[in-house]
Amino acid sequence: MMSQNILHKEGEVRIPSGCAISGIFSKSGKKVNGREIIKSIATMHDRSNGLGGGFAGYGIYPQYPDAYAFHVFYNDEDSKARCEKFLERHFDVINLSKIPTRKVAAITDEPLIWRYFVTPLHIKLMQSQLSEEEFTKRCVIHINTQLDGAYVFSSGKNMGVFKAVGFPEDVGEFYRLEEYDAYSWTAHGRYPTNTPGWWGGAHPFDLLGLSIVHNGEISSYDANRRYIEMFGYKCNLLTDTEVITYIIDYLANEKKLTMEEVASVIAAPFWSTIERMPQKQREQLTYLRNTFASLLITGPFSILVGFEGGMMALNDRLKLRSMVVGEKDDTDMVYIASEECAIRVIEPRVDRVWSPKGGEPVIVRLNPDAKV
Amino acid sequence: MKRVYVNEEWCLGCHLCEYQCAFANSGETDMVKALKGVKINPRIQVEEGDGVNFAVQCRHCEEPLCVKGCISGALSIKDGVIHLDENKCVGCYTCVLMCPYGAIMPGNGTAVQKCELCLNNSCGEPACVKGCPNAAIVYEER
Amino acid sequence: MGNNGINYIHPEFEVVRDQDKCIACRVCERQCANEVHYMDEDGVMRADNSKCVNCHRCVSLCPTGALKIVKSDHTFRPNGNWTPQIITELYRQAGSGGVLLSSMGNPTNLPVYWDRLLLNASQVTNPSIDPLREPMETVTFLGKKPKEIVRDEEGNIVNNQTPQIRLNTPIMFSAMSYGSISYNAHASLARAATELGICYNTGEGGLHEDFYQYGPNTIVQVASGRFGVHKAYLEAGCAVEIKIGQGAKPGIGGHLPGAKIVGDISRTRMIPEGSDAISPAPHHDIYSIEDLRQLVYSLKEATEYNKPVIVKIAAVHNVAAIASGVARSGADIIAIDGFRGGTGAAPTRIRDNVGIPIELALASVDSRLREEGIRDNVSVVVGGSIRSAADVVKAIALGADACYIGTAACLAMGCHLCRSCQEGKCNWGIATQRPELVKRLNPNIGSQRLVNLVNAWTHEIKEIMGGMGINSIESLRGNRLMLRGVGLNQKELEILGIKYAGE
Repeated sequence: MMSQNILHKEGEVRIPSGCAISGIFSKSGKKVNGREIIKSIATMHDRSNGLGGGFAGYGIYPQYPDAYAFHVFYNDEDSKARCEKFLERHFDVINLSKIPTRKVAAITDEPLIWRYFVTPLHIKLMQSQLSEEEFTKRCVIHINTQLDGAYVFSSGKNMGVFKAVGFPEDVGEFYRLEEYDAYSWTAHGRYPTNTPGWWGGAHPFDLLGLSIVHNGEISSYDANRRYIEMFGYKCNLLTDTEVITYIIDYLANEKKLTMEEVASVIAAPFWSTIERMPQKQREQLTYLRNTFASLLITGPFSILVGFEGGMMALNDRLKLRSMVVGEKDDTDMVYIASEECAIRVIEPRVDRVWSPKGGEPVIVRLNPDAKV
Repeated sequence: MKRVYVNEEWCLGCHLCEYQCAFANSGETDMVKALKGVKINPRIQVEEGDGVNFAVQCRHCEEPLCVKGCISGALSIKDGVIHLDENKCVGCYTCVLMCPYGAIMPGNGTAVQKCELCLNNSCGEPACVKGCPNAAIVYEER
Repeated sequence: MGNNGINYIHPEFEVVRDQDKCIACRVCERQCANEVHYMDEDGVMRADNSKCVNCHRCVSLCPTGALKIVKSDHTFRPNGNWTPQIITELYRQAGSGGVLLSSMGNPTNLPVYWDRLLLNASQVTNPSIDPLREPMETVTFLGKKPKEIVRDEEGNIVNNQTPQIRLNTPIMFSAMSYGSISYNAHASLARAATELGICYNTGEGGLHEDFYQYGPNTIVQVASGRFGVHKAYLEAGCAVEIKIGQGAKPGIGGHLPGAKIVGDISRTRMIPEGSDAISPAPHHDIYSIEDLRQLVYSLKEATEYNKPVIVKIAAVHNVAAIASGVARSGADIIAIDGFRGGTGAAPTRIRDNVGIPIELALASVDSRLREEGIRDNVSVVVGGSIRSAADVVKAIALGADACYIGTAACLAMGCHLCRSCQEGKCNWGIATQRPELVKRLNPNIGSQRLVNLVNAWTHEIKEIMGGMGINSIESLRGNRLMLRGVGLNQKELEILGIKYAGE
């Protein structure tokens, strides 16, 4: 859509990719400037190939904490008009504007990029008999699948995704990330193996504030996709990140599993490990593994899951992708990245750095007294 | 001690054991050359009748009557196996008469012959066991 | 008055004996229940080719390798339309006036889709996994998945799962009744299933009292004839299977001639000795899908909701819609049997012309159940000529939870696919009730060969999964991106839900 390249874009062909990921989380809720996360991800420049980079920041829109912040790519004015008409029919649009960007030589072919702060129209919500989240989710999916040329790439509350085709540091520069402060940042540098790169295909992938950056190539993709699509999700991009987001959304938001339980489904312990556990734990894990068998993810992955008030880092069961965690006690900060250098570059004096085991989730949450 | 046992439940009466025995003790390396046109005189013999078949060969008794009765000292117990020294055998056939199982029989020369678990021929392990198609003959510790 | 002394049928096979090698041990003569071999008055072994079914018993037991069986090159005037087989069968019917009977699976040269599916492997972008060094999981559960997650007051998840079957590997021995196959064949299957941690299936002939001990690895079948069905039988197994149809003969019931109803078989089937066991074509209490629901729940009531219920259907034209109905009937597992599935006896015309390939049936059933959002209501088990570990992997990638193997299991026990089961003279002791033939299958050997086969396949499944970078069978299930087609048209690709090789 953005380029006339004859190669297929995401959604037309499945594109495996390797990548770099990085995350910063302040448990105290202290805001961290966007420059920090750029610095971290830029250190791992060689893990990307310039075909996609992006960021997700949580707590960046304190002025509109209760409105869904839609970030939208448009092909052209026509698609923008169509989408805005749809938004007006379904939402109260509190504020709309172009997302501020600056010209960066390395970033070209940019689409129209707009931002809307919206809340569902009361009457529409009542008519739909859906929860607010479900209503909003369906509207986002509708735009992305039905409205040609429009793509909502961020739709959470008090958070936002910024992504483009390019190296991540250029993408951060382009979006003027230094103007945003967040208690939780994730970042991604992409190394797709075969793609012209489409802006929408860059990471993070977001659905109502559940955002994911991912490094890996999962071998269970089609088993996962064909299962999750039974529950109303539509995997349009054919990327791992998309299906992983839907799986986590389904398990955490539909099935109300805790993040720990989610991790034990998608990176389930081996049966031999489960058999050695105490009875109660063994029964629970057997139940989860059997019930959600088709949501087990195999093949290499390291993911950072951003959600309201927290972040989860998770590796595949065999730890086939690198991922390290650093903690600094006095500032209550947690850093997670593909490589340790990406942590040291922004915090040389971390108290602990370790490599979580395969399938062992690292979940961090805001302290109970944190203000964001 | 490992002995050859017969599970009559699985014996099909196919007589292959007899041919394997004859071949193993023929000294030949090719079965056709050993047995073509030959009337075999095996040390194991299948008894048949009324739906029950079983193969019989030396039981290697712990108190063997054949050894007791041997007049020339040709039969002896060697590591539990009843061994025949053909050079000492005078062919009196006392052992043939003594054996309650009929497991010793006249050989092709002067001496008698009996199963020695293929320990003294090129097979190295009981050929009847190896060649049984239905595991009716087994060589095991019991 | 059909033949008038004229022999229309030329023997199909010729027994070739290398007289230089024959030592006249007569093992061939003793082992051939068809009485092909004999010794002439000069002590030379001879053969009557007309009786040979090409079961290879004599070939396999000949100690000097003096025997081989070849197809006769006797020929009719070549004709692409009137093939020798068609002409011979026609002569046979003109002589007998009867329905032609056959056994084992459809042997005709119709496409085998398994052979047109190719599997994926990892290169560079993700690593393959070495099953010799890393865990590789094949444990499979069959049964419904819970719809809701329920928690107790403490927040622990409540186990609201319906009864499940746990398999160490996604392979089970499919239904073959005691009667159609021998006591020793059943003993071999039961013992092997127990050792392997999988299941075998009684078929419709009841369960011999000696085999109740293998209950946890036994699926008991209820077919239209209800032979051998009683409360203790239903409770004996780990699951109950309702047999609606069978791939070899969709639309008709099982037939076991009275000659095979002897002794324990009569007792186990609970029918008089010598009476033919003719199962009705339909279940006379199932004339529609809502009736099926009643039978499913009758069986669940009878077993106090402790056993999953399997509904086995033949793969026929409307299989996806039927499966959808079954998935809503309360059944826990659907077993689908493709048109190549084996049998102990079936009318030849039905075996060779009725039903559809399991590959297409499976793909369309799995897709349909997912489209309707009811794939979790049931597990899907497929059979009907699963020939190798590669077929198992392809079936699971298309969407099956597990596979049934029948013919492959018989082959492991010694069957040489002579397709003469209906004669009851199986030289390998499998499809026979003649005591002197039954004893030819020693269950110590039979069960070990079955265990070896399934273990070998499991190793191969693990190797193939490892190559794909998958280390647990559930990530292969329905993972159609791991498949590519060759030599298939657009419609076939569409039904199979796969891409063409190179795409």
